[in-house]
Amino acid sequence: MSGSNAAGTGALTAGRGAAVASVLGAAVAAAFLFSDYHLFQLTLVVVYAIAILGLTIVTGFNGQISLGHGAFYAIGAYTTAILMDRYDMPYWATLPFSAVVCAGVGFLIGLPALRLGGLYLALTTFALAVATPQVLKHKLIEDYTGGVQGIVISKPDPPFDLPIDADQWLYLFTLAVGCVMFLLAWNLLRGRIGRAMMAIRDHAVAAEAMGIDIAMLKTRTFAVSAMFTGIAGSLGAIAVQFVAPDSFSVFLSIFLFVGLVVGGVASIPGAIYGALFIQFVPNVADQLSKAAPGAVYGILLIAVLYLAPGGAAGFVRSMTRRLCRMVRPGG
Amino acid sequence: MTAVAAAGAPLLSVERVVVRFGGVVAVGGVSFDVGRRQICGLIGPNGAGKTTLFNCISGIYKYNDGDIQFEGKSIHATPRHRMAGLGIGRTFQNVALFKTLSVRDNVLVGAHHLGRSGFVANALRLPFVRAEGRDAEARMRELLDLLDLTRVADTPAGGLPFGWQKRVELARALIGRPKLLLLDEPAGGLNHGEVDELEGLLHRIREHFDLSILLVEHHMNLVMRVSDKVVALEFGIKIADGTPDDVRNEPEVIRAYLGESDDAGAA
Repeated sequence: MSGSNAAGTGALTAGRGAAVASVLGAAVAAAFLFSDYHLFQLTLVVVYAIAILGLTIVTGFNGQISLGHGAFYAIGAYTTAILMDRYDMPYWATLPFSAVVCAGVGFLIGLPALRLGGLYLALTTFALAVATPQVLKHKLIEDYTGGVQGIVISKPDPPFDLPIDADQWLYLFTLAVGCVMFLLAWNLLRGRIGRAMMAIRDHAVAAEAMGIDIAMLKTRTFAVSAMFTGIAGSLGAIAVQFVAPDSFSVFLSIFLFVGLVVGGVASIPGAIYGALFIQFVPNVADQLSKAAPGAVYGILLIAVLYLAPGGAAGFVRSMTRRLCRMVRPGG
Repeated sequence: MTAVAAAGAPLLSVERVVVRFGGVVAVGGVSFDVGRRQICGLIGPNGAGKTTLFNCISGIYKYNDGDIQFEGKSIHATPRHRMAGLGIGRTFQNVALFKTLSVRDNVLVGAHHLGRSGFVANALRLPFVRAEGRDAEARMRELLDLLDLTRVADTPAGGLPFGWQKRVELARALIGRPKLLLLDEPAGGLNHGEVDELEGLLHRIREHFDLSILLVEHHMNLVMRVSDKVVALEFGIKIADGTPDDVRNEPEVIRAYLGESDDAGAA
């Protein structure tokens, strides 16, 4: 795991603002350039980016491996779907509820998970992911969850008579929430709390000697992480307009983990690269080989990890640094 | 428990401390004091119980009997993460830095216990969070300057030479405003020139930060030159306690180090 804040030369910091502004500009412009289907795909990229960002916080920055974040995604999605379906709540108003529910569940799971180091935590969270679809189908909560059938929710209309269609609005709304989530994560991870998370990851004994309450910090980090991924689940449910238990199989958790590693484990922009990967690479694999897309996907995955061992974010970072050196020799 | 605040009271007092691991007695009832602004050296052959005692004072081990008091208060029930807040800072024997973090961030983590901001305040970057951050950064820069680390501020700490890493650890301990600085073999792994610099540095640190230092050290020359007071252990028992000259001439100490001259560690 390479430190995300290794070297930040002046040029990099100045360039960072410009890079964020241009990516944001392009993302907004995309709403008016792409067709409905592609826009839907981009909406899912933003959703996955938020979900992976949640995983980045707990696994990348705090070193707690979770193979079960799909469960929090599912809880977020169902919270939104149930609130919209049963209580006629507007889609946007469900997000705070989803945040609170997922943070609460994340905190409760984080409590015992604390005692389980490394691989044990990975397996415990994996068990959670395995159990999730079956729990969602359970008879006791069928009235709320719709059982195997799931819940169909309606597509939100653009507000204030904006001259855009529903797909464009959905994308822009998701993008706006995504920007807020990334900003919050950026602030959190760059400050005192983020440094404490990384200190625990790098050397727990030393972190404790510096006055960091490891138990408290780890459980709260787990809760925050679950909250991010849960909000992504809510946005995903609104975008797909449907939730059903089998959409949240164990593969969802695995794909989020793949996105985390491919993007770059301890990197905030890495979450976006990872989201692009898990959204588009399966399609590419499918086009390359109709017979064995899984094999092609595997090969592409290995190729990326081989070419960019620090993830896409690490690759971009070293490229930027090389460019800076070329522009300012000896600088 | 009485709060002794008198100026003459010791900062740290170790009273008949016993540490047992299973049936093995690692420390068998050791007592000594460290006064304010005092530099105290803890010496002894391998296995004498120095590091065990050291880890008790920094809260990593719990002692089985006796007591350790810091500013007149027992630290027995103090959780490990509250030791820094009490004013006990430390470095580690084999360096325990946050390897992937920059030198700058390593030092800033040392100021963690001085901060009050939580998750929500940080995520929203409230004004008091920014003020807190600016404060810590100013002191971080000052320490990097003092310890000649400014050039490597942005380098990941794990990539630095060992001697430099030791200075990063010192900076990280000092930013937390300790009243007592615990140094576990500060000269270990340093070359001759670096050990000489360390002696001057320890004196400068005491003056500049107005603190006491307790060091565990094998390097006999350094301990004798830098300490105001030396405590010698052997097999978990204190065999001498006094000024460097007293301890150097103590027959028990000479016997414990038999076969080695006083300054054997300098080799």
